[in-house]
Amino acid sequence: MEKILKKPESLKDAVLSYCPGCGHGIIHRLAAECIDELGVREKTIAVAPVGCAVFAYDYFNFDVTEAPHGRPPAVATGIKRTNPDKFVFTYQGDGDIAAIGMAETIHAANRGENITIIFVNNANYGMTGGQMAPTTLIGQVTETTPFGRDPKREGYPIHLCELLATLEGTAYLERVSIYNPQNIIKAKKAIKKAFQCQIEGKGFSLVEVISNCPVDWGMTPLDSIKWVEDVFIKTFPLGVVKDKINAK
Amino acid sequence: MSKKVLVKGNVALCEGAIAAGLKSYFGYPITPQNEVPAYLSRKMVELNRVFVQAESEIAAANMVLGAAVTGARAMTSSSSPGISLKQEAISYMAGMQIPALIVNVQRGGPGLGNISGSQSDYFQAVKGGGHGDYKLIVLAPNSAQEMYEMAYDAFDLAEKYRTPVMILADGIVGQMMEPVEFNKPERKDFVEKDWHLTGCKGRHPRSVQSLLMKDGVLERHNINLQEKYKKISGNEIQFEKFMTDSAEIIIAAYGISSRIAKSAVKLARKEGLKAGLLRPKTLWPFPSNEISLLADSGAKFLSVELSHGQMVEDVRLAVNGKTQVEFLGKAGGAIVTEREIVAKIKEMIK
Amino acid sequence: MQNEIIIAGFGGQGVLLAGTLLAQAAIEQGLHTTWFPSYGAEMRGGTANSTVVVSADEIGSPLAFNPNALIALNEPSLNKFMPRMVEEAIIIANSSIIPFDKEYKIKPVFAPVTDIADKEIKNVRTANLVAVGSLIKALELYAKGSCGEEADMRRQSAQEKEGDLCDLEDTKVLTLKSALTACEKVFSSKPALIEVNKKAIQAGYDFVKYL
Repeated sequence: MEKILKKPESLKDAVLSYCPGCGHGIIHRLAAECIDELGVREKTIAVAPVGCAVFAYDYFNFDVTEAPHGRPPAVATGIKRTNPDKFVFTYQGDGDIAAIGMAETIHAANRGENITIIFVNNANYGMTGGQMAPTTLIGQVTETTPFGRDPKREGYPIHLCELLATLEGTAYLERVSIYNPQNIIKAKKAIKKAFQCQIEGKGFSLVEVISNCPVDWGMTPLDSIKWVEDVFIKTFPLGVVKDKINAK
Repeated sequence: MSKKVLVKGNVALCEGAIAAGLKSYFGYPITPQNEVPAYLSRKMVELNRVFVQAESEIAAANMVLGAAVTGARAMTSSSSPGISLKQEAISYMAGMQIPALIVNVQRGGPGLGNISGSQSDYFQAVKGGGHGDYKLIVLAPNSAQEMYEMAYDAFDLAEKYRTPVMILADGIVGQMMEPVEFNKPERKDFVEKDWHLTGCKGRHPRSVQSLLMKDGVLERHNINLQEKYKKISGNEIQFEKFMTDSAEIIIAAYGISSRIAKSAVKLARKEGLKAGLLRPKTLWPFPSNEISLLADSGAKFLSVELSHGQMVEDVRLAVNGKTQVEFLGKAGGAIVTEREIVAKIKEMIK
Repeated sequence: MQNEIIIAGFGGQGVLLAGTLLAQAAIEQGLHTTWFPSYGAEMRGGTANSTVVVSADEIGSPLAFNPNALIALNEPSLNKFMPRMVEEAIIIANSSIIPFDKEYKIKPVFAPVTDIADKEIKNVRTANLVAVGSLIKALELYAKGSCGEEADMRRQSAQEKEGDLCDLEDTKVLTLKSALTACEKVFSSKPALIEVNKKAIQAGYDFVKYL
């Protein structure tokens, strides 16, 4: 009998440590599938963040380095500039990329570094127990916004794709989600396109994946998926934010 | 006619690193090390190597981490306040065992301080400026020639022990010009090590990390690091002795202070005072054993620094109460003069 | 013998370059030398300075603890550094813009280097090297133990015996010859400037007749 579905080669045969219902597993798989399909596994050097995906090197079946919190775009810059023939991507959460690492993110983007970032936005700091993230929604209750995020106290959710779109250096920016199969397929397409953007030397690409965090949100996995669809993506609308891959 | 060229210490440092095969440099402007990024921004591009002016000291140090984890020779440079910002990446590189070169052309502190030469970052450099139990190999040049030579040697040391190396210079050594002979052979053709991240073609994937959460793994990692540091302490101590035989007073001084101290020793000897100089060229590992042996002969020690007393603590530890240890120093851009040192020697001999 | 030379003036008067030239001249003579600049914020406006130490022996501090020579290209520099000089210091004061009829702790050698550069060399930017030429001559006269009219007499007899003044190489004093060679090195990337700057050094040298 022909095997029509198997684990991508770019994923190790390891049990993920993510919480039940968490979106990271799906996003890992999408990245791995894209790398397999593009045939770049053996020249990939990935950068893991500090956050839930810090153990990415235990799951991805290619070379991975750790980076200090928020610094993956700087570490990736060092790798890619030194090794332009390698395929380099970072995998980062919302706190990593848009709070502590905002400067590294903006400047890597502005320099037009030929790297790809997979940015998993789940509206809170997952690993440390669900504190407010830069993308936490207005009114959202987290461990450090017990009364709900109040713009007067905590400011507003950051729309990273839109912010980066203003920079000349960015080539491809898209926001996707994984709350249902159709969107998972769209997310994979976006990740593949972003990876291709790098392979073709077109410059900085980033895919923001709106994901769920049922345990820290205090929801069942199903409720968390429903919240993504009903609430989360209303604040963070999905779609291509910038695409100048084919621009002159 | 001399083969020597007149260059700043900062420029000599660049030439040493380039000759050593520096592949990637990441920097950020701060006085008094600006000649380093300025010089390399041209030189590295001409040599088809990597130069990036980063958005911050933090980013620059992390770019070094990224370049070095692929096996390339990489460095960053800064001055005191900037070195504080680099401590994050330095601690990670120590933990991840990534060889790289970090250069501190020290200026006055604390805080923004001033731009004058200073030696107030000794503790930060040798006691672990970042978090965790780690050591850097710390080299202390006292001339433009040594800026060249130590930058050249730093990468071999770093790679031999898989550890970040710091050159602890100062604004005076960095800014002054002296005749330098660029006499080292150009290094190239480096061998891939079994931890370099180069893409997993034909081998198992690799990862380099400092996060070690499984039971006992971090404990073992720390024991391994300490064993490595012990090995470095056994092999890599460098120092210079000047007129220490039969000396009653031995000045301990490094970097720019050691030059002034040497002049002071000559002056003191002219006046019939039995003075000598011990100059650590490596601040870590520190020549404790040598100091202890000299103390056995009854010599008293005088630590001369452009600080308010940092290296003197290591001198005291090494002397371990066997003889007197005194300190003479100034900070914030002030300089200890030869005459002041001689006066202190007289006071100690009395 | 150790010369500790300070060159000071307004930012833009070329005090760093003048120091570089002296240090390069020392290299040409196989002497030890260090050059140390004022740097950073001081570079922008106000006075700038560089310190050159020249010695037959290994040099300790590149900063001058006992400065015995000063080129002051403007008055604030003269006022700032005069008190730090050793008693018998040689001071070249740019009398184009520094008053020479005042009382000074140490009597400077007055040389109108800006005027010489402007009128004689036709390039006011060479005033720094005119001053370097003057300093070299003054140090040479000092080394010969000359002063006053006696020096003038010696100078004239020396001029008759071609090359006599260049024999000072043995005494570790910077020579005109090495300064002119240094000029070629220092301006090697701008060859068009070599001759004019050599002329400036020579003019400054020729101007000083006695201490």
